[in-house]
Amino acid sequence: MRVKRFIPLAVFALLALLLFKGLSIDPTALPAARLGQPFPDFSQPELLTEELIDASALRPGPALVNVWATWCYSCRVEHPYLLALAEQGVPIYGLNYKDDSEKARQWLADLGDPYRLNIADRDGTVGLDLGVYGAPETYVLGADGVILHRHVGVLDQAVFEQDIGQWFPALAKLGQANAPESSAQ
Amino acid sequence: MIPEIGHLALIIAFVFATGLAVIPMWGAVRGNIAALNLAPTLAMGVLVFVSIAFAMLAISFLDDDFSVAVVAANSNSLLPPIFKFSALWGNHEGSLLLWVLILSGWMAAVSWFSQGLPRVMVARVLSVMGMIAIGFLAFSLLTSNPFERLLPNIPLDGNDLNPLLQDPGLIIHPPLLYMGYVGLSVPFAFAIAALLGGRLDASWARWSRPWTNVAWGFLSLGIMLGSWWAYYELGWGGWWFWDPVENASFMPWLMGTALVHSLAVTEKRGVFRAWTVLLAIFAFSLSLLGTFLVRSGVLTSVHAFASDPERGLFILIFLALVIGGSLLLYALRAPTVASRINYTAVSRESLLMVNNLVFTVSTIIVLLGTLFPLVMDAFSLGKYSVGPPYFNAVFVPLMALVMPFMAIGPLSRWREDSAARWLHELLVPGAVVVVFAVAVPFLFGGEFNVWIALAVLLAGWVAVGVLKDLWRRLGVGSGYGLRWQALTPSFLGMAMAHLGFAAVVMGAVVVTQLNEERDLLMEVGDVEFLGGYRFELTGLSREAGPNYMADQAVFEVTQGDQVIATLIPEKRRYFASGQMMTEAAIDASVWRDLYIALGEPIEEGAWAVRLQFKPMVRWLWLGGALIGFGALLTVADRRYRRQSTRHSAPLAEASGLAR
Repeated sequence: MRVKRFIPLAVFALLALLLFKGLSIDPTALPAARLGQPFPDFSQPELLTEELIDASALRPGPALVNVWATWCYSCRVEHPYLLALAEQGVPIYGLNYKDDSEKARQWLADLGDPYRLNIADRDGTVGLDLGVYGAPETYVLGADGVILHRHVGVLDQAVFEQDIGQWFPALAKLGQANAPESSAQ
Repeated sequence: MIPEIGHLALIIAFVFATGLAVIPMWGAVRGNIAALNLAPTLAMGVLVFVSIAFAMLAISFLDDDFSVAVVAANSNSLLPPIFKFSALWGNHEGSLLLWVLILSGWMAAVSWFSQGLPRVMVARVLSVMGMIAIGFLAFSLLTSNPFERLLPNIPLDGNDLNPLLQDPGLIIHPPLLYMGYVGLSVPFAFAIAALLGGRLDASWARWSRPWTNVAWGFLSLGIMLGSWWAYYELGWGGWWFWDPVENASFMPWLMGTALVHSLAVTEKRGVFRAWTVLLAIFAFSLSLLGTFLVRSGVLTSVHAFASDPERGLFILIFLALVIGGSLLLYALRAPTVASRINYTAVSRESLLMVNNLVFTVSTIIVLLGTLFPLVMDAFSLGKYSVGPPYFNAVFVPLMALVMPFMAIGPLSRWREDSAARWLHELLVPGAVVVVFAVAVPFLFGGEFNVWIALAVLLAGWVAVGVLKDLWRRLGVGSGYGLRWQALTPSFLGMAMAHLGFAAVVMGAVVVTQLNEERDLLMEVGDVEFLGGYRFELTGLSREAGPNYMADQAVFEVTQGDQVIATLIPEKRRYFASGQMMTEAAIDASVWRDLYIALGEPIEEGAWAVRLQFKPMVRWLWLGGALIGFGALLTVADRRYRRQSTRHSAPLAEASGLAR
C-alpha cells in the first residue's frame, strides 16, 4: 500500500517535465501550416444573401480574408481601417466567425460594410479548418487562392504597410496618401 | 544611496532566512533548545530587513528616482503619488518583493500567535517558511533585482505605469491576493512540520485551521476584487474570463476550499488525516505553480508579466525542490495506518467528503484546461486555446452538484445521522424554496427561465440550510429565549461564507441569462432604450487629467419621467505611453448595473458605444466579500484562543523532540 503514497510525487514529476519543456516554447509563435496552401474548401451561407458559397467565391485575388465577430472588441477597433482599405480598392472577404448572424448584419448596417461578401461561419468549422486562433485575424490570398500570409490581431496602417502592402503594390502608394487619421489609434 | 541600502537589506534578509531555515531545524533534530528558540528572532530579522528593502524601493518610486530600472520602466513624474506607490507592485521585480514582505509578515504572525504551541513545532513551521523565503529572496536577488540601476544614462522621465493599473482597485488587489497566496504557506508549513515530527493529529489540524481560514479569506477577497476590477476597468463588462492568470489564483482557492473543510473533519474527528496533509501541500503548490505560470512566459495571458526563460527555469527548480520535496516527505511519512475512527455513509463526514471530492475535481478540471495548450504545444500537436465554453461546461455542473449537500452539511451530525432526520429538518423549507424557484422568474423576468429557476432553487436551498441552522442554534421556539451565545464566530463565519456562495451563484446565473447589451453608433441627441431605461447622449467634450487627455460622452439615463443618472464614460489617451484606455461609466445598484463604454470615434461627432444592462451583477462581489469576511471572522472564535493557553508547558508536549 505504500506505493500509493508516491502517486502524487509521480504526477508532479510528470508535470514538472512538462513545465520544463514549456519553458523552451514560445506560446505566441503561431503555426504557418496553411501557408502556401489553398484556402480550405467549405460550403456555408453568405451572411447577407444566405446563399451557399464555397472557396471559389473568394476570387479573384489578391485579396484579404478578415476573420471577425461582433463579440470581438478589437474587431471594432480595426473596422474603420478595413473600411478605408476597401475604399481604396483592396478586395476584403469576411469570415464572420462563431457569431450571431442577426447581430453581424446589424453591425454591418451600423458601422459600414467593407466586405465583398461574408462567410457566415456560425459553428466555426471554416475557422477550424483554417486554424483560426481568435478574432481578429487577416489572411492574404494570392491570385490563385493560395494563402500567402497570416496576421493575428488588429490590422492597421503600420501592419499593412510592413507585412501586407507588398501584395497590393498599386495600392500601397495610394494608401499612404489617403491614410485616415483614425487608424493611428 | 537609497537603492543600495535596499539592496543590502535584501541581502541581509537572505542571510537571516538561511539561518532560519537551518538553525531551528538542526535544533529540532538534535534537541538543541537554544537553537529552537532562535526561530522567532530569526523570523523577525527577515521581516525587519525585507521591510527596509521594501521601504527603500517605495522611496525610490515616490522620489521619481529614474536611475532605478524598475522605477524608470513603471513610473512617471506626472503619475499621482498613490499610483507611484502602487506602481511598486505593478511589475515583476517589485511584486516579488511584496511577495517576500508578506511571507515574512506571515512568519512574524506565526511566531507571535503561536507562543503557546510546542516550541519544536513552531521552530519547524518557521524553519519551513524560512526555506520558502530563501527561494524567493534568491529569486529576487539573482534574477530580478528590484534595485538595479540604469547608470550612467539616467532617463529624464519614466515610461509610466500601465494605464490599466492606474486604478484604486489595483492598489489593494495584489496585496490581498498575495496575502492569500502566501498565507497558504502557513498550513503548508504546519503540514510539513507535522510530517517531520510524525505528529499528525487533531491538535495539528486545530493549529492550522485559523491560519488556513484567514489565508483563504484573503484569497477570496483578492479574487473578488480582481474580478470587480476587470469588470469596470477592462471596458467590456465581463467579470470572469478563465484567463490563465485568473485560473492561477482560482486553483489555490478551489484547493483551499477543500482544505478548509477537510481540516474541520480532521480537527473534530481525527479522520482524513493523510488527505488533509496532501490538500495543504497541494494548495500551496498551486500558489507556487501560479507564480510560475504568471512569471515564466509559459502561457500567454493579458496580464502575464514580461517573461524571461531564465526566471522561469529558476522558479521551476524551486518548484521542484519545494513541491517534489514535500510530496516525497509525504510519501515516506504520511500515516499509513487507517484510523480506527468510524463513520457511516450518512454523516457529516461523508457530506464534507463530497465537498472535498467536488472541489478537488474542480481544481483538476481548471488545471487541465489551463495546461492543455501547453501540453499540445509541448508535443507539437498544434496551438490551442481553451476558452470559457470548456470551463463553463464542466465547472458549472460541478458547482451545481455540490450545492444540494451544502444545505445539509451544517445541520448534519458527526459520525452517524439519518436521512429521515434531514428530511424532517429540511422538508418544509425545501418545499418553500421549490415554490419560490418556480415563482420568482415569473415575478421578475416576465417569462420562465429554467436556468434562473435552477439558480434560485439551489441558492435558495443553501440559504434555507443556513437559516434553519441559525434557527436551531438560537433555539427559536424552545421557550427558553434566544441563545445568542450559540452564535459563535466560527458559526457566523461559516453562515456568511455559505450565504455568500449562494449570492455569487445567483449573481452569476442572472447576469449571464438576463444581460442585455447593444453596440451602437451614437451622435449627440441620439436616444436608445435598454432594459427599460432611456439613454440619451447629450454631449461630447474633452477634458485633461493629470497624465492623460480624455474624450468624454455625457449620457442622461431616465426611466419614465425620473432621471436615474448622468453617466460620463471616457476614452483616455495617456501622455507617456500613448496608450488608449476605456473608462466605463457605471450606475450601480443591488439589482442592476447600467454600464456604458466608449468605443472608437467612427466619424465626425459619432462614437461607437456599448450600452449594457447587467441585472444582479453586484451579487457576485457582495457574495465574494461575504465569503472572504466570513472566513476572516472565524478566527475570532474563542476555541482558537484557548488552545494557546492549554499548552503552557511547551516542551512536555514536544513529543517530536524525543524521537
